[in-house]
Amino acid sequence: MTLFFDAFDWLADPAHWSGPSGIQQRIVEHLAITGAVVLIAAALALPLGIVVGHTRRGRGTVVALTSGVRAIPTLGMLTILALNLGIGLTAPVIALVVLAIPPLLAGAYAGIESVSPEAVDASRGIGMTEWELVSRVEIPLALPVIVGGLRSATLQVVATATLAAYVADAGLGRFLFSGLKQREYSEMLGGALLVAALALVLEAMLALVQRLFTTVPSQAGRP
Amino acid sequence: MNWLSQNVDQVVELTLTHLRLSIPPILLSLLLAIAIGYLAHRQRLARGPLLTLTGLLYAVPSLPLLIMIPVVFGTPLRSDATMIIALTIYGVALLVRSAADAFGSVDRSVHETANAVGFSAWARFWRVELPLAGPVLLAGLRVVTVSTVSLVTVGAVIGIQSLGTLFTDGFQRGIQSEILTGVVLTILVGYLLDAACVWSGRLLMPWTRAGAVRGAAR
Repeated sequence: MTLFFDAFDWLADPAHWSGPSGIQQRIVEHLAITGAVVLIAAALALPLGIVVGHTRRGRGTVVALTSGVRAIPTLGMLTILALNLGIGLTAPVIALVVLAIPPLLAGAYAGIESVSPEAVDASRGIGMTEWELVSRVEIPLALPVIVGGLRSATLQVVATATLAAYVADAGLGRFLFSGLKQREYSEMLGGALLVAALALVLEAMLALVQRLFTTVPSQAGRP
Repeated sequence: MNWLSQNVDQVVELTLTHLRLSIPPILLSLLLAIAIGYLAHRQRLARGPLLTLTGLLYAVPSLPLLIMIPVVFGTPLRSDATMIIALTIYGVALLVRSAADAFGSVDRSVHETANAVGFSAWARFWRVELPLAGPVLLAGLRVVTVSTVSLVTVGAVIGIQSLGTLFTDGFQRGIQSEILTGVVLTILVGYLLDAACVWSGRLLMPWTRAGAVRGAAR
Protein backbone atom coordinates (compact mmCIF):
# COMPACT_ATOMS: atom_id res chain seq x y z
CA MET A 1 0.00 0.00 0.00
CA THR A 2 2.97 2.36 0.50
CA LEU A 3 3.20 2.37 -3.28
CA PHE A 4 -0.09 4.24 -3.35
CA PHE A 5 1.37 6.91 -1.06
CA ASP A 6 4.41 7.20 -3.34
CA ALA A 7 2.05 7.63 -6.28
CA PHE A 8 0.15 10.37 -4.44
CA ASP A 9 3.46 12.06 -3.63
CA TRP A 10 4.32 11.92 -7.29
CA LEU A 11 0.93 13.41 -8.17
CA ALA A 12 1.24 16.11 -5.50
CA ASP A 13 4.62 17.35 -6.77
CA PRO A 14 3.89 20.60 -8.65
CA ALA A 15 6.98 20.06 -10.81
CA HIS A 16 5.20 17.10 -12.43
CA TRP A 17 2.21 19.22 -13.45
CA SER A 18 3.83 21.93 -15.60
CA GLY A 19 5.88 21.93 -18.79
CA PRO A 20 5.42 20.37 -22.22
CA SER A 21 5.32 16.84 -20.82
CA GLY A 22 3.64 17.73 -17.52
CA ILE A 23 0.41 16.26 -16.25
CA GLN A 24 -1.65 19.27 -17.28
CA GLN A 25 -0.43 19.10 -20.87
CA ARG A 26 -0.96 15.31 -20.99
CA ILE A 27 -4.54 15.65 -19.77
CA VAL A 28 -5.23 18.25 -22.48
CA GLU A 29 -3.72 15.94 -25.11
CA HIS A 30 -5.65 12.96 -23.84
CA LEU A 31 -8.96 14.84 -23.93
CA ALA A 32 -8.15 16.41 -27.32
CA ILE A 33 -7.45 12.99 -28.85
CA THR A 34 -10.63 11.59 -27.32
CA GLY A 35 -12.75 14.52 -28.52
CA ALA A 36 -11.35 14.47 -32.05
CA VAL A 37 -11.78 10.70 -32.36
CA VAL A 38 -15.37 10.72 -31.11
CA LEU A 39 -16.25 13.61 -33.46
CA ILE A 40 -14.75 11.88 -36.51
CA ALA A 41 -16.37 8.57 -35.61
CA ALA A 42 -19.75 10.22 -34.96
CA ALA A 43 -19.60 12.07 -38.28
CA LEU A 44 -19.09 8.71 -40.01
CA ALA A 45 -21.30 6.42 -37.96
CA LEU A 46 -24.36 8.46 -36.96
CA PRO A 47 -25.63 9.34 -40.48
CA LEU A 48 -25.06 5.74 -41.60
CA GLY A 49 -26.82 4.36 -38.51
CA ILE A 50 -29.77 6.73 -38.98
CA VAL A 51 -30.14 5.71 -42.64
CA VAL A 52 -29.99 2.01 -41.71
CA GLY A 53 -32.51 2.50 -38.89
CA HIS A 54 -34.86 4.54 -41.08
CA THR A 55 -34.80 2.39 -44.20
CA ARG A 56 -34.34 -0.90 -42.29
CA ARG A 57 -31.95 -1.87 -45.05
CA GLY A 58 -28.47 -3.23 -44.59
CA ARG A 59 -29.00 -4.05 -40.93
CA GLY A 60 -27.53 -7.53 -41.28
CA THR A 61 -24.42 -6.17 -42.98
CA VAL A 62 -23.93 -3.51 -40.31
CA VAL A 63 -24.36 -5.99 -37.46
CA ALA A 64 -21.92 -8.44 -39.04
CA LEU A 65 -19.43 -5.64 -39.70
CA THR A 66 -19.56 -4.21 -36.17
CA SER A 67 -19.24 -7.58 -34.45
CA GLY A 68 -16.33 -8.37 -36.77
CA VAL A 69 -14.60 -5.10 -35.84
CA ARG A 70 -15.19 -5.75 -32.15
CA ALA A 71 -13.25 -9.02 -32.37
CA ILE A 72 -10.08 -7.26 -33.62
CA PRO A 73 -7.61 -6.62 -30.77
CA THR A 74 -6.99 -2.86 -30.68
CA LEU A 75 -3.30 -3.20 -29.83
CA GLY A 76 -2.82 -5.34 -32.94
CA MET A 77 -4.56 -2.80 -35.14
CA LEU A 78 -2.59 0.03 -33.53
CA THR A 79 0.83 -1.56 -34.02
CA ILE A 80 0.15 -2.59 -37.59
CA LEU A 81 -1.08 0.92 -38.48
CA ALA A 82 1.88 2.51 -36.72
CA LEU A 83 4.26 0.25 -38.61
CA ASN A 84 2.79 1.47 -41.90
CA LEU A 85 2.05 5.10 -41.06
CA GLY A 86 4.99 5.81 -38.79
CA ILE A 87 5.24 7.06 -35.22
CA GLY A 88 2.74 9.80 -34.46
CA LEU A 89 -0.93 10.45 -33.94
CA THR A 90 -2.31 9.21 -37.28
CA ALA A 91 -2.18 5.51 -36.40
CA PRO A 92 -3.79 5.81 -32.92
CA VAL A 93 -6.49 8.16 -34.23
CA ILE A 94 -7.47 5.71 -36.98
CA ALA A 95 -7.42 2.73 -34.59
CA LEU A 96 -9.53 4.61 -32.05
CA VAL A 97 -12.04 5.76 -34.69
CA VAL A 98 -12.49 2.14 -35.77
CA LEU A 99 -13.04 1.24 -32.11
CA ALA A 100 -15.61 4.01 -31.60
CA ILE A 101 -17.72 3.29 -34.67
CA PRO A 102 -19.55 0.09 -33.53
CA PRO A 103 -21.21 1.53 -30.38
CA LEU A 104 -22.15 4.76 -32.21
CA LEU A 105 -23.59 2.85 -35.15
CA ALA A 106 -25.50 0.48 -32.88
CA GLY A 107 -26.93 3.36 -30.84
CA ALA A 108 -28.08 5.18 -33.98
CA TYR A 109 -29.84 2.32 -35.73
CA ALA A 110 -31.25 0.76 -32.57
CA GLY A 111 -32.56 4.17 -31.49
CA ILE A 112 -34.27 4.91 -34.80
CA GLU A 113 -35.66 1.38 -35.01
CA SER A 114 -37.15 1.68 -31.52
CA VAL A 115 -39.40 4.59 -32.60
CA SER A 116 -42.93 3.18 -32.63
CA PRO A 117 -44.46 2.47 -36.06
CA GLU A 118 -47.56 4.39 -34.91
CA ALA A 119 -45.54 7.59 -34.46
CA VAL A 120 -43.99 7.10 -37.91
CA ASP A 121 -47.38 6.41 -39.53
CA ALA A 122 -48.97 9.40 -37.81
CA SER A 123 -46.15 11.69 -39.00
CA ARG A 124 -46.60 10.49 -42.56
CA GLY A 125 -50.36 10.87 -42.12
CA ILE A 126 -50.11 14.55 -41.29
CA GLY A 127 -48.07 15.06 -44.44
CA MET A 128 -44.47 15.14 -43.24
CA THR A 129 -41.79 14.54 -45.86
CA GLU A 130 -39.28 11.74 -45.21
CA TRP A 131 -36.66 14.31 -44.18
CA GLU A 132 -39.07 15.96 -41.71
CA LEU A 133 -39.99 12.54 -40.36
CA VAL A 134 -36.32 11.69 -39.75
CA SER A 135 -35.20 15.07 -38.41
CA ARG A 136 -38.26 16.04 -36.34
CA VAL A 137 -39.70 12.74 -35.14
CA GLU A 138 -37.28 9.83 -35.38
CA ILE A 139 -34.05 11.54 -34.27
CA PRO A 140 -35.60 13.35 -31.26
CA LEU A 141 -37.32 10.16 -30.10
CA ALA A 142 -34.15 8.11 -30.64
CA LEU A 143 -31.93 10.60 -28.83
CA PRO A 144 -31.62 8.76 -25.47
CA VAL A 145 -30.38 5.62 -27.24
CA ILE A 146 -28.08 7.62 -29.55
CA VAL A 147 -26.58 9.42 -26.54
CA GLY A 148 -26.13 6.02 -24.88
CA GLY A 149 -24.04 4.92 -27.87
CA LEU A 150 -22.05 8.15 -27.65
CA ARG A 151 -21.41 7.48 -23.97
CA SER A 152 -20.00 3.99 -24.43
CA ALA A 153 -17.95 5.10 -27.45
CA THR A 154 -16.40 7.99 -25.49
CA LEU A 155 -15.58 5.74 -22.55
CA GLN A 156 -13.90 3.16 -24.74
CA VAL A 157 -11.89 5.83 -26.53
CA VAL A 158 -10.74 7.64 -23.37
CA ALA A 159 -9.65 4.28 -21.93
CA THR A 160 -7.90 3.03 -25.04
CA ALA A 161 -6.26 6.40 -25.80
CA THR A 162 -3.83 5.31 -23.08
CA LEU A 163 -2.42 2.80 -25.56
CA ALA A 164 -1.81 5.63 -28.05
CA ALA A 165 1.27 6.51 -25.98
CA TYR A 166 2.80 3.21 -27.08
CA VAL A 167 3.29 4.59 -30.60
CA ALA A 168 3.01 8.38 -30.11
CA ASP A 169 4.35 10.92 -27.63
CA ALA A 170 0.89 11.94 -26.45
CA GLY A 171 -1.68 11.49 -23.73
CA LEU A 172 -1.65 10.24 -20.16
CA GLY A 173 -0.38 6.84 -21.25
CA ARG A 174 3.10 8.41 -21.50
CA PHE A 175 3.45 8.27 -17.71
CA LEU A 176 2.67 4.55 -17.70
CA PHE A 177 5.23 3.75 -20.38
CA SER A 178 7.99 6.04 -19.15
CA GLY A 179 7.45 4.81 -15.58
CA LEU A 180 7.64 1.24 -16.82
CA LYS A 181 10.83 1.90 -18.74
CA GLN A 182 12.59 3.65 -15.83
CA ARG A 183 11.16 1.29 -13.23
CA GLU A 184 9.47 4.24 -11.50
CA TYR A 185 6.42 2.56 -10.06
CA SER A 186 5.17 5.80 -8.48
CA GLU A 187 5.02 7.54 -11.86
CA MET A 188 3.40 4.52 -13.50
CA LEU A 189 0.81 4.21 -10.74
CA GLY A 190 0.23 7.98 -10.61
CA GLY A 191 -0.44 7.93 -14.37
CA ALA A 192 -2.73 4.94 -13.96
CA LEU A 193 -4.71 6.72 -11.25
CA LEU A 194 -5.02 9.82 -13.46
CA VAL A 195 -6.41 7.84 -16.40
CA ALA A 196 -8.82 5.96 -14.14
CA ALA A 197 -9.99 9.21 -12.52
CA LEU A 198 -10.44 10.87 -15.91
CA ALA A 199 -12.48 7.91 -17.17
CA LEU A 200 -14.66 7.87 -14.06
CA VAL A 201 -15.30 11.64 -14.19
CA LEU A 202 -16.24 11.37 -17.88
CA GLU A 203 -18.48 8.38 -17.13
CA ALA A 204 -20.31 10.32 -14.41
CA MET A 205 -20.72 13.37 -16.64
CA LEU A 206 -22.00 11.36 -19.58
CA ALA A 207 -24.39 9.40 -17.35
CA LEU A 208 -25.81 12.76 -16.30
CA VAL A 209 -26.11 13.93 -19.92
CA GLN A 210 -27.85 10.70 -20.85
CA ARG A 211 -30.28 11.13 -17.97
CA LEU A 212 -31.07 14.68 -19.15
CA PHE A 213 -31.95 13.38 -22.59
CA THR A 214 -33.98 10.53 -21.17
CA THR A 215 -36.25 12.80 -19.11
CA VAL A 216 -37.43 14.34 -22.38
CA PRO A 217 -40.80 12.58 -22.89
CA SER A 218 -39.61 9.67 -24.96
CA GLN A 219 -42.14 7.08 -23.89
CA ALA A 220 -43.76 7.30 -27.32
CA GLY A 221 -40.58 5.81 -28.66
CA ARG A 222 -40.88 2.67 -26.58
CA PRO A 223 -42.14 -0.33 -28.52
CA MET B 1 4.30 -15.43 -44.20
CA ASN B 2 7.93 -16.50 -44.13
CA TRP B 3 8.13 -15.29 -40.55
CA LEU B 4 5.39 -17.67 -39.45
CA SER B 5 7.04 -20.77 -40.91
CA GLN B 6 10.23 -20.01 -38.98
CA ASN B 7 8.50 -19.30 -35.69
CA VAL B 8 5.78 -21.92 -35.46
CA ASP B 9 7.00 -23.18 -32.07
CA GLN B 10 6.88 -19.74 -30.48
CA VAL B 11 3.45 -19.03 -31.97
CA VAL B 12 2.03 -22.32 -30.67
CA GLU B 13 3.45 -21.64 -27.22
CA LEU B 14 2.04 -18.10 -27.13
CA THR B 15 -1.36 -19.38 -28.25
CA LEU B 16 -1.37 -21.89 -25.38
CA THR B 17 -0.30 -19.15 -22.95
CA HIS B 18 -3.10 -17.00 -24.31
CA LEU B 19 -5.62 -19.78 -23.62
CA ARG B 20 -4.18 -20.30 -20.14
CA LEU B 21 -4.73 -16.60 -19.41
CA SER B 22 -8.21 -16.39 -21.00
CA ILE B 23 -10.06 -19.42 -19.68
CA PRO B 24 -9.70 -18.97 -15.88
CA PRO B 25 -11.06 -15.39 -15.82
CA ILE B 26 -13.99 -16.37 -18.06
CA LEU B 27 -14.99 -19.19 -15.70
CA LEU B 28 -14.27 -17.18 -12.53
CA SER B 29 -16.28 -14.19 -13.69
CA LEU B 30 -19.22 -16.44 -14.55
CA LEU B 31 -19.21 -17.94 -11.04
CA LEU B 32 -18.78 -14.59 -9.28
CA ALA B 33 -21.33 -12.83 -11.47
CA ILE B 34 -23.93 -15.53 -10.78
CA ALA B 35 -23.38 -15.11 -7.03
CA ILE B 36 -23.34 -11.29 -7.08
CA GLY B 37 -26.16 -11.08 -9.63
CA TYR B 38 -28.33 -13.40 -7.55
CA LEU B 39 -27.62 -11.32 -4.46
CA ALA B 40 -28.55 -8.15 -6.36
CA HIS B 41 -31.74 -9.84 -7.53
CA ARG B 42 -32.74 -11.13 -4.07
CA GLN B 43 -31.75 -8.11 -1.96
CA ARG B 44 -33.53 -5.12 -3.46
CA LEU B 45 -31.48 -2.70 -1.34
CA ALA B 46 -28.17 -4.16 -2.52
CA ARG B 47 -29.14 -4.03 -6.19
CA GLY B 48 -28.47 -0.33 -6.87
CA PRO B 49 -25.07 -0.08 -5.14
CA LEU B 50 -23.88 -3.45 -6.53
CA LEU B 51 -24.78 -2.59 -10.10
CA THR B 52 -23.30 0.92 -9.83
CA LEU B 53 -20.06 -0.41 -8.33
CA THR B 54 -19.58 -3.06 -11.01
CA GLY B 55 -20.44 -0.49 -13.69
CA LEU B 56 -17.72 1.80 -12.35
CA LEU B 57 -15.18 -1.04 -12.29
CA TYR B 58 -15.83 -1.52 -15.98
CA ALA B 59 -15.07 2.17 -16.60
CA VAL B 60 -11.50 1.76 -15.26
CA PRO B 61 -9.24 1.38 -18.32
CA SER B 62 -7.48 -1.96 -18.68
CA LEU B 63 -3.86 -0.82 -18.66
CA PRO B 64 -4.16 1.28 -15.47
CA LEU B 65 -6.08 -1.58 -13.86
CA LEU B 66 -3.20 -3.96 -14.64
CA ILE B 67 -0.83 -1.54 -12.92
CA MET B 68 -3.02 -1.08 -9.83
CA ILE B 69 -3.66 -4.77 -9.20
CA PRO B 70 -0.14 -5.65 -7.97
CA VAL B 71 -0.42 -2.86 -5.39
CA VAL B 72 -3.78 -4.06 -4.08
CA PHE B 73 -3.32 -7.83 -4.34
CA GLY B 74 0.44 -8.10 -3.92
CA THR B 75 0.96 -10.05 -7.15
CA PRO B 76 4.07 -9.40 -9.27
CA LEU B 77 3.36 -6.93 -12.11
CA ARG B 78 4.41 -9.30 -14.89
CA SER B 79 2.51 -12.35 -13.72
CA ASP B 80 -0.38 -14.51 -14.85
CA ALA B 81 -2.15 -13.77 -11.56
CA THR B 82 -2.23 -10.01 -12.24
CA MET B 83 -3.75 -10.62 -15.66
CA ILE B 84 -6.28 -13.16 -14.42
CA ILE B 85 -7.45 -10.87 -11.59
CA ALA B 86 -7.81 -7.89 -13.95
CA LEU B 87 -9.78 -9.87 -16.52
CA THR B 88 -11.98 -11.42 -13.83
CA ILE B 89 -12.85 -7.92 -12.59
CA TYR B 90 -13.83 -6.91 -16.13
CA GLY B 91 -15.80 -10.07 -16.72
CA VAL B 92 -17.73 -9.62 -13.48
CA ALA B 93 -18.40 -5.96 -14.32
CA LEU B 94 -19.79 -6.98 -17.71
CA LEU B 95 -21.82 -9.95 -16.46
CA VAL B 96 -23.37 -8.87 -13.15
CA ARG B 97 -26.06 -6.72 -14.72
CA SER B 98 -27.16 -9.39 -17.16
CA ALA B 99 -27.08 -11.98 -14.35
CA ALA B 100 -29.33 -9.80 -12.17
CA ASP B 101 -31.65 -9.21 -15.13
CA ALA B 102 -31.61 -12.92 -15.98
CA PHE B 103 -32.77 -13.89 -12.49
CA GLY B 104 -35.27 -11.02 -12.57
CA SER B 105 -36.76 -12.35 -15.79
CA VAL B 106 -37.76 -15.65 -14.12
CA ASP B 107 -41.54 -15.53 -13.77
CA ARG B 108 -42.83 -14.93 -10.22
CA SER B 109 -45.40 -17.68 -10.65
CA VAL B 110 -42.67 -20.22 -11.46
CA HIS B 111 -40.94 -19.17 -8.28
CA GLU B 112 -44.11 -19.62 -6.23
CA THR B 113 -44.92 -22.94 -7.86
CA ALA B 114 -41.46 -24.23 -6.93
CA ASN B 115 -42.06 -23.16 -3.33
CA ALA B 116 -45.52 -24.74 -3.36
CA VAL B 117 -44.30 -28.15 -4.51
CA GLY B 118 -41.78 -28.10 -1.67
CA PHE B 119 -38.44 -27.04 -3.16
CA SER B 120 -35.99 -25.70 -0.61
CA ALA B 121 -34.42 -22.34 -1.46
CA TRP B 122 -31.20 -24.19 -2.41
CA ALA B 123 -32.96 -26.67 -4.70
CA ARG B 124 -35.09 -23.94 -6.20
CA PHE B 125 -31.97 -21.98 -7.14
CA TRP B 126 -30.16 -24.92 -8.74
CA ARG B 127 -33.10 -26.67 -10.37
CA VAL B 128 -35.44 -23.82 -11.29
CA GLU B 129 -33.94 -20.34 -11.25
CA LEU B 130 -30.45 -21.04 -12.60
CA PRO B 131 -31.64 -23.17 -15.55
CA LEU B 132 -34.28 -20.57 -16.48
CA ALA B 133 -31.73 -17.73 -16.26
CA GLY B 134 -29.28 -19.86 -18.30
CA PRO B 135 -29.90 -18.54 -21.82
CA VAL B 136 -29.48 -14.87 -20.79
CA LEU B 137 -26.36 -15.76 -18.77
CA LEU B 138 -24.96 -17.59 -21.78
CA ALA B 139 -25.51 -14.55 -24.01
CA GLY B 140 -23.61 -12.40 -21.49
CA LEU B 141 -20.86 -15.00 -21.15
CA ARG B 142 -20.27 -14.96 -24.89
CA VAL B 143 -19.65 -11.20 -24.78
CA VAL B 144 -17.25 -11.67 -21.85
CA THR B 145 -15.42 -14.46 -23.70
CA VAL B 146 -14.70 -12.45 -26.84
CA SER B 147 -13.72 -9.32 -24.90
CA THR B 148 -11.46 -11.29 -22.51
CA VAL B 149 -9.55 -12.96 -25.35
CA SER B 150 -8.98 -9.56 -26.95
CA LEU B 151 -8.00 -7.84 -23.68
CA VAL B 152 -5.33 -10.43 -22.84
CA THR B 153 -3.22 -8.91 -25.63
CA VAL B 154 -2.98 -5.55 -23.79
CA GLY B 155 -0.78 -7.21 -21.15
CA ALA B 156 2.00 -7.46 -23.73
CA VAL B 157 2.87 -3.76 -23.34
CA ILE B 158 3.82 -4.34 -19.71
CA GLY B 159 5.51 -7.65 -20.47
CA ILE B 160 2.86 -10.30 -19.78
CA GLN B 161 3.32 -12.90 -22.51
CA SER B 162 0.41 -13.78 -24.79
CA LEU B 163 -0.46 -13.51 -28.48
CA GLY B 164 -0.18 -9.77 -27.79
CA THR B 165 3.59 -10.30 -27.54
CA LEU B 166 3.51 -10.78 -31.32
CA PHE B 167 2.15 -7.21 -31.60
CA THR B 168 4.82 -5.55 -29.44
CA ASP B 169 7.65 -7.72 -30.77
CA GLY B 170 6.49 -7.32 -34.38
CA PHE B 171 6.19 -3.55 -33.88
CA GLN B 172 9.66 -3.19 -32.38
CA ARG B 173 11.29 -5.36 -35.03
CA GLY B 174 9.14 -4.01 -37.89
CA ILE B 175 7.77 -7.40 -38.90
CA GLN B 176 4.28 -6.91 -40.27
CA SER B 177 3.47 -10.59 -40.72
CA GLU B 178 4.25 -11.22 -37.04
CA ILE B 179 1.58 -8.69 -35.97
CA LEU B 180 -0.87 -10.06 -38.56
CA THR B 181 -0.35 -13.59 -37.26
CA GLY B 182 -1.16 -12.33 -33.77
CA VAL B 183 -4.33 -10.53 -34.91
CA VAL B 184 -5.62 -13.53 -36.85
CA LEU B 185 -4.86 -15.98 -34.03
CA THR B 186 -6.46 -13.73 -31.38
CA ILE B 187 -9.65 -13.52 -33.44
CA LEU B 188 -9.51 -17.28 -34.00
CA VAL B 189 -9.08 -18.05 -30.28
CA GLY B 190 -12.01 -15.71 -29.59
CA TYR B 191 -14.25 -17.56 -32.04
CA LEU B 192 -13.08 -20.93 -30.74
CA LEU B 193 -13.92 -20.12 -27.11
CA ASP B 194 -17.18 -18.48 -28.19
CA ALA B 195 -18.11 -21.69 -30.01
CA ALA B 196 -17.17 -23.65 -26.87
CA CYS B 197 -19.62 -21.48 -24.89
CA VAL B 198 -22.40 -22.15 -27.40
CA TRP B 199 -21.73 -25.90 -27.35
CA SER B 200 -21.64 -26.15 -23.58
CA GLY B 201 -24.87 -24.15 -23.55
CA ARG B 202 -26.51 -26.73 -25.82
CA LEU B 203 -25.11 -29.55 -23.72
CA LEU B 204 -26.23 -28.11 -20.38
CA MET B 205 -29.50 -26.63 -21.63
CA PRO B 206 -30.75 -29.10 -24.24
CA TRP B 207 -34.20 -27.48 -24.20
CA THR B 208 -32.91 -24.28 -25.80
CA ARG B 209 -32.44 -24.02 -29.53
CA ALA B 210 -29.84 -21.73 -31.05
CA GLY B 211 -32.66 -19.36 -32.02
CA ALA B 212 -33.83 -18.98 -28.42
CA VAL B 213 -30.34 -18.07 -27.25
CA ARG B 214 -29.98 -15.53 -30.00
CA GLY B 215 -33.32 -14.04 -29.01
CA ALA B 216 -32.16 -13.68 -25.42
CA ALA B 217 -28.99 -11.93 -26.49
CA ARG B 218 -30.91 -8.98 -27.92
